[in-house]
Amino acid sequence: MHKELFKKLTKLRLFWPIVCLLIVLLVNLIKTPTFFNISINSNGVLYGFLIDIINRSSELIILAVGMTLCVAASAGTDISVGSVMAITGAVACYALGTGGSYNMPYFLAFILAVFVATLCGAWNGFLVAKLKIQPMVATLILYTAGRGIAQLITGGNILYIKVDNFKYLGSVFPGVPVPTPIFVAILVVILTSLLLKKTALGMYIQSVGINAKASRLLGLNSTFIIFLAYTFCGLCAGIAGMIATSRIYSIDANNVGLNLEMDAILAVALGGNSLAGGKFSLAGSVIGAITIQALSTSLYSMGVSADQLPVYKAIVVVIIVALQSKEFKKFVKHVTQKLILKDAGEKVAQ
Amino acid sequence: MENKDREVLKMRNIHKTFPGVVALSNVDFTLRAGEIHALMGENGAGKSTLIKVLTGVEEFERGQIFIDGIDGPVINKSPQEAQMNGISTVYQEINLCPNLSVAENIFIGREIKKRGRIDWKAINKRAKEILANFNIDIDVTKQLSNYSVAMQQMVAIARAIDISSKILILDEPTSSLDEMEVERLFEVMRKLKSQGTGIIFVTHFLEQVYAVCDRITVLRNGGLVGEYKVENLPRVQLVAKMMGKEFDDLASIKKPANESEIKEKREVLIEAKELGHSGTIKPFNLTIHKGEVIGLAGLLGSGRSELARAIYGADKADMGELRVKGKKCHINAPIDSMKVGMAFCPENRKEEGIIADLSVRENMILALQAKRGMFRLIKRKEQEELTDKFIKLLQIKTASRETPIKQLSGGNQQKVILGRWLITEPDFLILDEPTRGIDVGTKTEIQKLVVDFASKGMAVMFISSEIEEMLRTVNRMAVLRDGYKVGELEESELSQDRIMKVIAGGETNA
Repeated sequence: MHKELFKKLTKLRLFWPIVCLLIVLLVNLIKTPTFFNISINSNGVLYGFLIDIINRSSELIILAVGMTLCVAASAGTDISVGSVMAITGAVACYALGTGGSYNMPYFLAFILAVFVATLCGAWNGFLVAKLKIQPMVATLILYTAGRGIAQLITGGNILYIKVDNFKYLGSVFPGVPVPTPIFVAILVVILTSLLLKKTALGMYIQSVGINAKASRLLGLNSTFIIFLAYTFCGLCAGIAGMIATSRIYSIDANNVGLNLEMDAILAVALGGNSLAGGKFSLAGSVIGAITIQALSTSLYSMGVSADQLPVYKAIVVVIIVALQSKEFKKFVKHVTQKLILKDAGEKVAQ
Repeated sequence: MENKDREVLKMRNIHKTFPGVVALSNVDFTLRAGEIHALMGENGAGKSTLIKVLTGVEEFERGQIFIDGIDGPVINKSPQEAQMNGISTVYQEINLCPNLSVAENIFIGREIKKRGRIDWKAINKRAKEILANFNIDIDVTKQLSNYSVAMQQMVAIARAIDISSKILILDEPTSSLDEMEVERLFEVMRKLKSQGTGIIFVTHFLEQVYAVCDRITVLRNGGLVGEYKVENLPRVQLVAKMMGKEFDDLASIKKPANESEIKEKREVLIEAKELGHSGTIKPFNLTIHKGEVIGLAGLLGSGRSELARAIYGADKADMGELRVKGKKCHINAPIDSMKVGMAFCPENRKEEGIIADLSVRENMILALQAKRGMFRLIKRKEQEELTDKFIKLLQIKTASRETPIKQLSGGNQQKVILGRWLITEPDFLILDEPTRGIDVGTKTEIQKLVVDFASKGMAVMFISSEIEEMLRTVNRMAVLRDGYKVGELEESELSQDRIMKVIAGGETNA
C-alpha cells in the first residue's frame, strides 16, 4: 500500500522540488551536525544556519515571486531585476541623503524608490506586451542600462546612509528576534498568493500563458495581463532592492543584486515551473529560491571558497534539474509501476 | 512546342496513407506541355498531398510518376531532386530571402562564377534579362523587401523557371495578391504557357480558374473525381464535383418552405452596415433576428469565417458600423462584443478554443469570469455548480470537472467550449465549424442543440462546409464568394442546388 502512496506523492507538483531541498539539507546534517542548531545570540536575535539561509534567501524569494508571474504569462524571463534593484537602492539613498539625518521621511523614500522600480517593470511590460519584443531582448535594455542609470543617480559614488534605522529593513528591528527580511518575504508571498487566489488574476495569467490567442477570443486582454506581470515583477525587484541596500546601509550600484536575475530564473525552474509558461506554482518558486540559498550557505559552511562556489553550485544544479526532468520522471514512474505490479503479484501468490 | 499535346507529366495510381487516413487513393494526374491545369478540391481533398508527393516532400506507397524526357518511373526523394528533374514549385508563402537583392535571390545557390569568384556583373545582367522576359523592369540590385508581395512572387517564379522550365507548380500564389497583381501574374503564366511550360495551378478562387486555366482536375476525399476541359465544366458542376454531389440528383431535394413570413414580426438583433476588414472580407450588410439560425455558406477562403470574425471583433472591423439591438457598437476586442451578448466558438478549436492545460471547470468558467472582471472572482462553489450543470446538459464525457481539457476527445472539447459560452447566456452565438473532426453522434447532438437554442430566442450563426448539415439547421443563409457576400437565401429558397449555384456565381440562372 505504501508504494501506491509513493506513486501518488511523486505525482504531486511540489514533490520533486521539496525532495531536492530535503536532500541538500540532509547532506548538510551529515557533514555539519550543528547545521540545524538554532540559538539566540548576544543581541537577542535567533541565530543558526537555517535562520541564515531563510534570511539570505529573502531577496531571491521576492524576486522569484515576480519572475514566476512573468514566466507564466509570457513564457519569457525578466533579466533586468538585478539592475532594477540597483536603481531602487540608488533612488532611495539619493532621496534620503548621506547626512546625519534624512532629507525626507524614510517612508516616503521607500515608496518613491519602489515606485521607480515598478515604473521600470512597466517599461519592460510595455516593450514585451505592447511592442511584442522578445522578453529576453526587451529586458536586456534595462539589464545593461540599469546599473548605468543607478550610477548616474549616485554620481558614480557609493552612498552610505548614516542614520541607524536605515539598517532595520535588512537586519532586525530592535527587540524582534527574527530578521526583518524574513517577514518581508513572507508578507510578499502571502499577499501575492492572496492576489492570485482571491481575484481571477491567477487564472487569467495561466490562461494567457497557455494560449494567448484563445484567451483573447474569450474576452481576456492578453496584452494588459502580460504588462501587469512585468510591472509586478518590477515592484518585487524594488522591494528586494530596498532590503539588499539596507543590508549594507549603502548603495553600490555595481554590485547590488549582481547576477540575482539568473538565480531568480533558476529558482522558478527548480520549483518545477515550466519556463514555457502557463501553469505555475508560487510555492514551488519559493522552495526553489530557498534551495539555491541553502546550497550556497552549505557550500560555504563546508569551506568552499567564494570563487570556487559557482562550480560546485553548477554541479548540484545540474543534478537537481536532471532529477526534475521529464525523462527521469518517466523512469521513476516505470520503476514504481513495476514495484506495484510485483507487490500485487506477491499478494496473489500468498 | 511542335506537339501541343505532349504529356510532360504523368502520375498514375498514386496511393498514399497517413496513419489512420487514406490521403490519396489511386489518383491519376496528367499535365501537358503548354497548358495551365487547375487542381481543385475542398480542404482535405488531397491537393497538397499530391503536390508534396510529386515534389518529393512526402513519399508515396504505390503508383508511378513519369516525366517527359526521363526513361522509366521517377521517384523524387527531395525537392532538390524534383527540381533537377524539371519540377519547380512556388509556394503561397514566398521562400526567398527578403534581405538579399533581387538578383541574389534569383541566383542564390547557383551563382555565376569567373575564375573562382562570383561574377556580380553577369549575375545582375542575367537577372535583368530573365525578368525582362516577363515584361518586368526593376532594379535587380535592390533588396527584395523593397518590392510588393506580388513582385516578390514574380521573382520567385522567375527563379523557379530559370532553374527548370518544364513543369511549374503554383501553390495558391494569388491568396495575398490584389486584383491588379493577380492580372499581372496571369500575364506571366500565359507567357510561360506559350513557351511550352506546363503549369499546375492550385487555387480555391473559382473566377481565376475560369480566367486562365485550360483543364481542371478535381479531387475529393483523396480520390480522383475527374479531369475536365474548362469549357466543358460549368461552375455549378465544378462546385458540385468538389462537394461530392451530382448536380442532377440535387435538383430533386427541396425543403418545404415554412413560416418564413413570421420573420417580419421578429426583433432585429444585429445589423451590420458595410462592415468589413480590409484584406479578408469586403464590406457587407447583414441583419440577424432573434431566434433564427443563420448559415454562412461558401467555399474555403470565401470569407465566411472572416465575416463572423469581423462581427465578433476577433479581427477588428476597420470599416462600416455594427448595431446591436438598435444601438451602435464600437467593438475593439472580443470583450466588447461579449458585453453586448455575443459568443464565438472559433473554427480552430485547438489553437483558438481550448486552454489545453487548464481543467474543464476553468475552461468553462473563463469567459464568464472575463465578462465579470478580474476582481469579481466567481465563487468556487458557483463555478462547480455551473460546470456540473453544463457537463450534464451537454452530456460531456470527462473523468471529472478538474480533468485537463486536453485529455478529452475532440467532440467533448467542443462541448466544453460550447458550455463556456452558454454559461455567459449570450443573445447571439457564432459557431464556426462546430462539428469539424467530431464523430457523427456528437455532430447530431450539436445540431439539435443549435435548433433548440434558437427556439428559445437565441440567434445563432452557423458556419459549416457541409451543406447538408446547414440545411438541417439553418433558417436563412448568406452566401460568400472570394471575400464578398454575394447573396442571401430565405428558408423557402434553401436547397442544395440553389446554394451551389450562388456559391459558383456567374451563371446564377442556369
